[in-house]
Amino acid sequence: MNPLALLVPDYTLRVVALGAGMLGLVAGALGCFAVLRRQSLLGDAISHAALPGIVLAFLLTGAKNPLVLVLGAALAGWLGTLVVTLIVRHSRLPADSALGIVLSVFFGAGLVLLTWVQQMPTAAQAGLDTFLFGQAATMLAGDVVVITTLGSIALLAVAVFWKEFKLLTFDPEYGATQGLPMRSIDILLTTFLVIAIVIGLQTVGVVLMSALVIAPAAAARQWTDSLGVMVLLAAGFGAIAGVGGALLSGAAEHMPTGPTIVLSAMVLVMLSVSFAPRRGLVWDAVQRRRQRQQLRTDAVLADLHELAQHHKGAHAHDVTVLQMMRGSRTDVPRALGVLRSRGLADRDAAGGWYITEAGRDEITRPGGAGHGDEHGH
Amino acid sequence: MRDDVAIEINDLTVAYREQPVLWDVDLTVPAGVLMAIVGPNGAGKTTLIKSVLGLLKPAAGRILVHGRPYREQRRLVAYVPQRGTVDWDFPTNVLDVVQMGRYGALGWVRRTGRREREQALAALEQVDMVDYADRQISQLSGGQQQRVFLARALVQDARVYLMDEPFQGVDAKTERAIVTVLQSLREAGNTVVVVHHALQTVPEYFDWVTLLNVRLITAGPVAEVFTGENLRVTYGGRVPFHGSMPPVSQEQL
Repeated sequence: MNPLALLVPDYTLRVVALGAGMLGLVAGALGCFAVLRRQSLLGDAISHAALPGIVLAFLLTGAKNPLVLVLGAALAGWLGTLVVTLIVRHSRLPADSALGIVLSVFFGAGLVLLTWVQQMPTAAQAGLDTFLFGQAATMLAGDVVVITTLGSIALLAVAVFWKEFKLLTFDPEYGATQGLPMRSIDILLTTFLVIAIVIGLQTVGVVLMSALVIAPAAAARQWTDSLGVMVLLAAGFGAIAGVGGALLSGAAEHMPTGPTIVLSAMVLVMLSVSFAPRRGLVWDAVQRRRQRQQLRTDAVLADLHELAQHHKGAHAHDVTVLQMMRGSRTDVPRALGVLRSRGLADRDAAGGWYITEAGRDEITRPGGAGHGDEHGH
Repeated sequence: MRDDVAIEINDLTVAYREQPVLWDVDLTVPAGVLMAIVGPNGAGKTTLIKSVLGLLKPAAGRILVHGRPYREQRRLVAYVPQRGTVDWDFPTNVLDVVQMGRYGALGWVRRTGRREREQALAALEQVDMVDYADRQISQLSGGQQQRVFLARALVQDARVYLMDEPFQGVDAKTERAIVTVLQSLREAGNTVVVVHHALQTVPEYFDWVTLLNVRLITAGPVAEVFTGENLRVTYGGRVPFHGSMPPVSQEQL
């Protein structure tokens, strides 16, 4: 028996989970390149630009064939990126203005067409408006076939052109001197980004689809310093957000799927930004705290050293003296405890503190405690 | 293939929005020299090497590399861009970046393998960075980044090396390491062209120099053309140079 059938016994839910998972997988993987190329806004422009393509494809064929609608969306989305490129190349408008213009003009045209189509006397157009905010519940087996087929092609392309896409993303100018046609590779990568976006439009909606492109990649970047791992993680995060969002929206009546998917993705982003090792905020705070305590401990050791030099010998000092030297912001007893456990300072029978031989070595060692604020690693 | 002349530039004019950046430049770079391109900001130094690399479309002019157009001679030319041109927070490590120098030779789709890995390690050895092979590139200092870029050019195994300000903002150790590599490249018969800023090190590091300020001022052996008069013409009278005015010779430095 199909393992998915055991996990999700309801057939409709199973179809929805499979489709949403697949489109999340693809959007997450392709999104990595968009995020690393600082083209996050391009995803937004593509998804919004796709709307008139969807409506026109419906108008031309008179039916809601999923493949036809996706093709219409892809053509319009692709045309949108082409217009952006042309504006940037032939005018003095900066890229973000070009993206903003294309996004709003195409989306506006799409809304006008959509409103007009919905006033038509036939019933065939019913449901086209779900492309705005997405509706996972409308997903049929035929849609999943289209999503899975096109998505697999996009994922396969990432695997096949891995080296080319990496070079384009990291250093396109150097890539050109290598004799690789970077402009063609750019068109190729953008085409697969368009595919990743348009297969999600029915489920996630044109308004919020770009979040599923950006969020999983942004979250994945927090956890790894390898492009390969990042793409795999982002694909996983995208699938989780897709399935999670689809199931959430399925649980409430008339809840569009786009917002629930975006919220699921944002949970992943927030967890990653907070808790990822090395790049996360919590990690940062812990490191800073540790460094601060290290500096304060070193300072107390330096005080002991200074006192010892002043008194010419192993003369012990009371905690209160050391506390006065450091001020109230340093927990001197704690620092002394740390120094003692490291064998750098010790306490005599009367409870006075003094610096040990090892402590003196530590102070005079280059890069040691006596050398102030050079404590990186 | 011509063996005596590495780069031959005729009537090169490059404009950016109708503003000429290079104007009617004729330049012959003999094979086997270590050449500095020197000139003030905006003189077109970077533009010149980018034109040779086909990265910019000249308004006019002809450029030959070892006797043939660059398009046919790509494998002979390696490029070291300014290190500020890429995002060093990119998720990859040193070894991976250096192997990118083999991507062109590999061609479409083919993956790097053990051979590319060994070439990359050998190049890292040359720039004294082999211990950093697995290091994430965001953890490198400026000088280490520059040496990684140099290693990436070395694996290309080219005849002509074009470098854009490899000494910009690097530590003294890196500068020495790079100079040593450049000189050994020349010893092996290669041609090395370097966009360079520090005039005082020109006679020490280089044997050939091109003085450029939109137009070509002069080019030739350092001992002959790197004179105070030529520098004054290049820099319009304001030579960013400490100490006495040249003629500069080895003894003065």
